[in-house]
Amino acid sequence: MTELNYTIKDFKSENEVRWCPGCGDYAIMNAVQRTMAGMGIPKEKFAIISGIGCSSRFPYYMSTFGFHTIHGRAAAVASGVKMANPELNVWVMTGDGDAMAIGGNHFIHTIRRNIDLNIIIFNNRIYGLTKGQYSPTSDRGFKSKTSPYGTIEDPFVPGQLVIGARGTFYARGIDGNVKLSESIFGEAARFKGTSVVEILQNCVIYNSGIHTAITDPAFKADRQLILEHGKPMLFGAEKEKGIIMEKGRLKVAKIGENGVTPDDVLVHDAHEADPSLHLSLINMALPDFPVAFGVIRSVNAPVYNVEMIEQINQIKQTRKITCVDELLNSGNTWEVTSSHNGNGKPKDCIEKHVF
Amino acid sequence: MNNERVIELEEVAIRFSGDSGDGMQLTGTLFSDAAALIGNDISTFPDYPSEIRAPQGTVGGVSGFQVQFGQKQVTTPGDYAHVLIAMNPAAIKANARFMNPGGTIIYDSDSFTEKNLQKAGYKTDDPFSESNLNDYRIISVPISSLTREGLKDFGLDNKSILRSKNMFALGLICWMFNRPLDYIEEFIRSKFGKKPVVADSNIKVLHDGYNYGISLQHMTPSYIVHPADITPGTYRNVNGNYATAWGFIAAAEKAGLELFLGSYPITPATDILTALSERKDLGVKTFQAEDEISGIASAIGAAFAGDLAITTTSGPGLALKSEAIGLAVMAELPLVIVNVQRGGPSTGLPTKTEQSDLMQALYGRNGESPVVVIAAGTPSDCFYYAYKAAKIALERMVPVILLTDGFLGNGSEPFRIPKLSDLPDITPRFAKDAASFKAYERDENVLARQWAFPGMAGFEHRIGGLEKNELGTASHDPENHEKNTFIREEKVQRVVDMVPDLEVCGDEDGEVLAVGWGGTYGHIISAVRDLRKEGKDVSLAHFNYIKPLPKNTAEVFSRFKKIIVCELNRGQFASYLRDKMPGFTYHQLNKVKGLPFTVVEIKIAIEKLLEE
Repeated sequence: MTELNYTIKDFKSENEVRWCPGCGDYAIMNAVQRTMAGMGIPKEKFAIISGIGCSSRFPYYMSTFGFHTIHGRAAAVASGVKMANPELNVWVMTGDGDAMAIGGNHFIHTIRRNIDLNIIIFNNRIYGLTKGQYSPTSDRGFKSKTSPYGTIEDPFVPGQLVIGARGTFYARGIDGNVKLSESIFGEAARFKGTSVVEILQNCVIYNSGIHTAITDPAFKADRQLILEHGKPMLFGAEKEKGIIMEKGRLKVAKIGENGVTPDDVLVHDAHEADPSLHLSLINMALPDFPVAFGVIRSVNAPVYNVEMIEQINQIKQTRKITCVDELLNSGNTWEVTSSHNGNGKPKDCIEKHVF
Repeated sequence: MNNERVIELEEVAIRFSGDSGDGMQLTGTLFSDAAALIGNDISTFPDYPSEIRAPQGTVGGVSGFQVQFGQKQVTTPGDYAHVLIAMNPAAIKANARFMNPGGTIIYDSDSFTEKNLQKAGYKTDDPFSESNLNDYRIISVPISSLTREGLKDFGLDNKSILRSKNMFALGLICWMFNRPLDYIEEFIRSKFGKKPVVADSNIKVLHDGYNYGISLQHMTPSYIVHPADITPGTYRNVNGNYATAWGFIAAAEKAGLELFLGSYPITPATDILTALSERKDLGVKTFQAEDEISGIASAIGAAFAGDLAITTTSGPGLALKSEAIGLAVMAELPLVIVNVQRGGPSTGLPTKTEQSDLMQALYGRNGESPVVVIAAGTPSDCFYYAYKAAKIALERMVPVILLTDGFLGNGSEPFRIPKLSDLPDITPRFAKDAASFKAYERDENVLARQWAFPGMAGFEHRIGGLEKNELGTASHDPENHEKNTFIREEKVQRVVDMVPDLEVCGDEDGEVLAVGWGGTYGHIISAVRDLRKEGKDVSLAHFNYIKPLPKNTAEVFSRFKKIIVCELNRGQFASYLRDKMPGFTYHQLNKVKGLPFTVVEIKIAIEKLLEE
């Protein structure tokens, strides 16, 4: 293989990027391009599949193979791409509407199968491309063009769906934190199985500031818990706070207060197969808790596309039928050797030609 | 044997009928295979309820299997049965109208209890009079008690014993039609290889039935049907769904591609998914998706990534796939969509046959969204049209809808096994030159683009559902959109050079031209053949290519005085012909009962037109 000294420029396409100025998508794309350039994988091995929505314009702006499909179906199309050619590194670019609403069924079943895709959800909690309707991740009471008096429904929490669908990899990032995104994307892309990455993304036009309470630099030390596997769950400007377990529930504690020692702080284990603690981390929300970021869950499990090929290879080893001619002649066949009336077709009807 | 009771026939139709749990489908299939193996041409049609176990003993729960076999070419399972095997009164009630006048009815007298007669809706204890069957040869056989008696030393419980009573009926029929039992015995041995008691008991009952026929011969007729004159070659039985599946396997092997099926189970198309799932030995990738949409979406993904990609469904599923078919049209990817049509609309008649999805196949999508539409004519035809559908899709970078139907999918007939080397080549339009590659640059003759897929270095490109320019870049230019709309239609029309000319069965010109398409071929050709024997001036033009139509269509039509379009819907193909081949008067014969045509009703319609 030739040396692969890619830079992010190698992953930019000739198409003009048409997201709104200030859109969080720019930073996400930047992080994806950095990740791909650094993976040591030939460019032609990447395939980016998207559905419909602002985020789904993504493939047009990349110089890899790309397919901008239809609303909600990106995960299903991408599954087909991966099964057809398991050598590919397949990414799904989707949004909260695309993945959680119209594409909800494909989303959960793709995760359940654990097919090796990298699904990036741009969660801006609004429908942007259709100009500002509430989405399945909008909070109860959220006012939008289609909910002028506030919604009367509760939102999905994407990570909960991932756990509910027996997901093996889930991470959460923030559009503006490119460094964090890049490290998450790298882990997601190397992970064998369905990796779901939720990026809190800001829609500057229709829902600007929806994540500010979490992302505002002034408060982020107290409101963000950046998880790393094997590291204690500490946060705060001086890492003076940590997550402890008390009576079977997570709790925020200040180290040194109420007898809490650094040893009491939970150490993050992303590889733990039991999802209960991961679910608790996903559920952490303001104001009682910081919001968890980073790779929350990363657990090895059988991968659909690998199993598919292994099953085929295994069956081929003991196969009796090796080609279609053998297939057609298998089972009960019989020979007809004599013919009285041409081919048995009545004389008034010539044989129809298929070809 | 009393010779007066030996009836010699060119073809015979037998209907096996009982509760859906009585094993009638298996009984019918085994008999058909046995008939085919000694050289008869056969055609079969299972007719089963949509509920797997509808209430026992009721008419709604009756499951039937009809087979016609003969010494000449058999193109239908027979309008009416010469012999009916009825395992209960409901089977009599359900099938009385499918009986050939003067035919033979064999019934299990043990099941004709007051309770069962009531369940079947009979008011008296004489169901045969009530169903106007007095002129039939009615043979009462205590099948249940004879089965029980024969198995009394096997140590089986009553339920297991009664499960074998279908074998008694099968043995009796084999005697009546002089069919050897060895094939059936072999089947039973291999099926119950691990349960010798079950195998032995079934074979015992099979022989008891056969021997009962011998001792009954003073009252039971025995039939002779000579072997058929058919083209020399190696044959096997195949139903339309398996033939479809194998046609795709053949196409993939010929094209040098891997085969991918994305599908969701739906009656009556599921067998194609089953047949392909069995073929991991040939590397077939089958994906049972979470829904119909994912079935086609995954296939589109596989097509984008370089596989021969197909999806299979029936009417309601085709509706769910509509938007994705539009994506394949727009992206210009090779894809085959199989619709095994059933009675509609909505859930309709899931287990019954119909041809009412033609308009859906042609037009059922948003926007100007042309696809190639072809239709198989017989169960074994499905092999060739599946192959052809794949060839068109791969060589012309276009989605192809292949229409079959429940009658073809479940019906079976002997299939002369072809050799892959005798089938035409398939040459996918692989892109070759990376430097000059443009995603939507077209061949100037056939207008197809080239196929480059992920993994091919230097060919990186983007495609999608948005209107685009030659490079694949999204474009909202009004002129470009109109031009591309025209090109996509024209590209489909130019597939006509892969379409053989329409052939006429009968005379080159004449009084009446019967026109049919798809799965009605067997019934229409039978009717036309019968009428021609009677000296009637009628010929048949049967369509397998719907879009584009064969290029000589108008020319063929112009040689006949009257045209009658026969189809199992309210006239969809007739409407299409009025639009695409104007200038002719199209008479119609339509039937929307979830049942195939009968030969008789086609003959009546043509005779009436001849007299007008």
